[in-house]
Amino acid sequence: MTHHDPPEATQPPTVAMRDVVVLLGRFPALAGFDLEVARGEVVLLSGPNGAGKTTVLRTCAGLAAPVSGEASVLGLDLHTQRSAVRRRVGMVGHASGLYEELSVLENMDFFAGACGASGTEARAALERLGVATRLGDVPVGALSSGQKRRVSFAAMLVRRPELWLLDEPHSGLDQAGRDLVDGLLSEAAGAGATVLFASHELDRAEGVSHRSVVVTAGMAGESGG
Amino acid sequence: MDELRRVARAAQLVAAKDLRIERRTKVATAQMLPFALLVLLLFAFALDPDRGVLAEATAGLFWTTVLFTAVLAIQRSFAVELSNGVLDSLRLSGLSVPGIFLGKVAALFVQLAVLEVVLGLGVAVLYDAQLGGWALLVVVALAATTGICAAGAAYGLLAARLRQGSALLPLLLLPLLAPVLIAATRGSDVALGRETGGGWSWAALLGVFAVAYLGLGAALYGPLMDET
Repeated sequence: MTHHDPPEATQPPTVAMRDVVVLLGRFPALAGFDLEVARGEVVLLSGPNGAGKTTVLRTCAGLAAPVSGEASVLGLDLHTQRSAVRRRVGMVGHASGLYEELSVLENMDFFAGACGASGTEARAALERLGVATRLGDVPVGALSSGQKRRVSFAAMLVRRPELWLLDEPHSGLDQAGRDLVDGLLSEAAGAGATVLFASHELDRAEGVSHRSVVVTAGMAGESGG
Repeated sequence: MDELRRVARAAQLVAAKDLRIERRTKVATAQMLPFALLVLLLFAFALDPDRGVLAEATAGLFWTTVLFTAVLAIQRSFAVELSNGVLDSLRLSGLSVPGIFLGKVAALFVQLAVLEVVLGLGVAVLYDAQLGGWALLVVVALAATTGICAAGAAYGLLAARLRQGSALLPLLLLPLLAPVLIAATRGSDVALGRETGGGWSWAALLGVFAVAYLGLGAALYGPLMDET
């Protein structure tokens, strides 16, 4: 395990959770979960399937609501200020989050327009993710899963989020794509963004993270760092 | 003023996106138009033995057909948002939530307006309808369609998030829209010369419904978009 050195914690944490409970229906997906992530940190969430990693990410994104416990992201309370949290974070999940009927460029223009970014920035993000120009007019539904993954990343990047939340970011990507994602994670941390990501590819993921947190049955276990 | 601009920008983006998807896929069009014309035709077959009844009931049959067809358009509009995790992307997009609601309403409005023009021609041919007051008919149609789309956009999202939502949508939506159906039918009857007087009162009532559904929808859309 070769974690990077973490940044010095001189600012309030980007993510602070204490004794957080999140329900999926009536099932407690997180049961007394604790987590603290400093600004600029790249933190890996590991653990078995169904342990609650995705729920942690969705809660940090303001997409799932905690029913109890103390929880804040970027200094905003996850009980009362989730819509403000959503404006400042970016997430790439299992699903593409893209309109399959629209082309790559139409999707990018929509999501760039939504956050006030320009078409030029949208195209720059696609270029950064190595999405070929010839794919611009192709409907997203016709792309391979790896290509969709790159476009999803580009749609997140164009928003310039302060907290990146990534669920299996290497999934579906070829070797070049995986290397590209690793580079993006390092760059994000260098630029002051915070990254929280879940992965089963521990060798690769630990190489780009400052520390890891094991999630088991909705609880945070031991951390490595 | 900035908030109004955010709302308008979000509405424009969402409406343009929805209409682009429909223009590209033509799913709603391919379902809605044939369905609506078929319903009109079936009414004509069923009531043909007595053309007097058909003529008397023209406005009611027209708006009933519009309501049933609107359910298809609303289901399609939200099926697009619920596939591939798009609703989460929309929630994270930073777009104004009332703006998203108004954009959905606007896109549905355009689709239903096109449908109503085609259905109007169908009614003129099949039911031999004679038009009396153009202005009243247009105002009634605008207000009724706005009400249908506003209630549809709110209930469409609610139903889409429920198990068996597509089956529940008509059960939730149609009772809510019964007052719109009544007012639109009575107002259209006046415009078609079947009734005299009171047409503008029905139009005003439809305007009140439209404003109420728009206001409620814009206010409730945030909680509806959030997971429960």
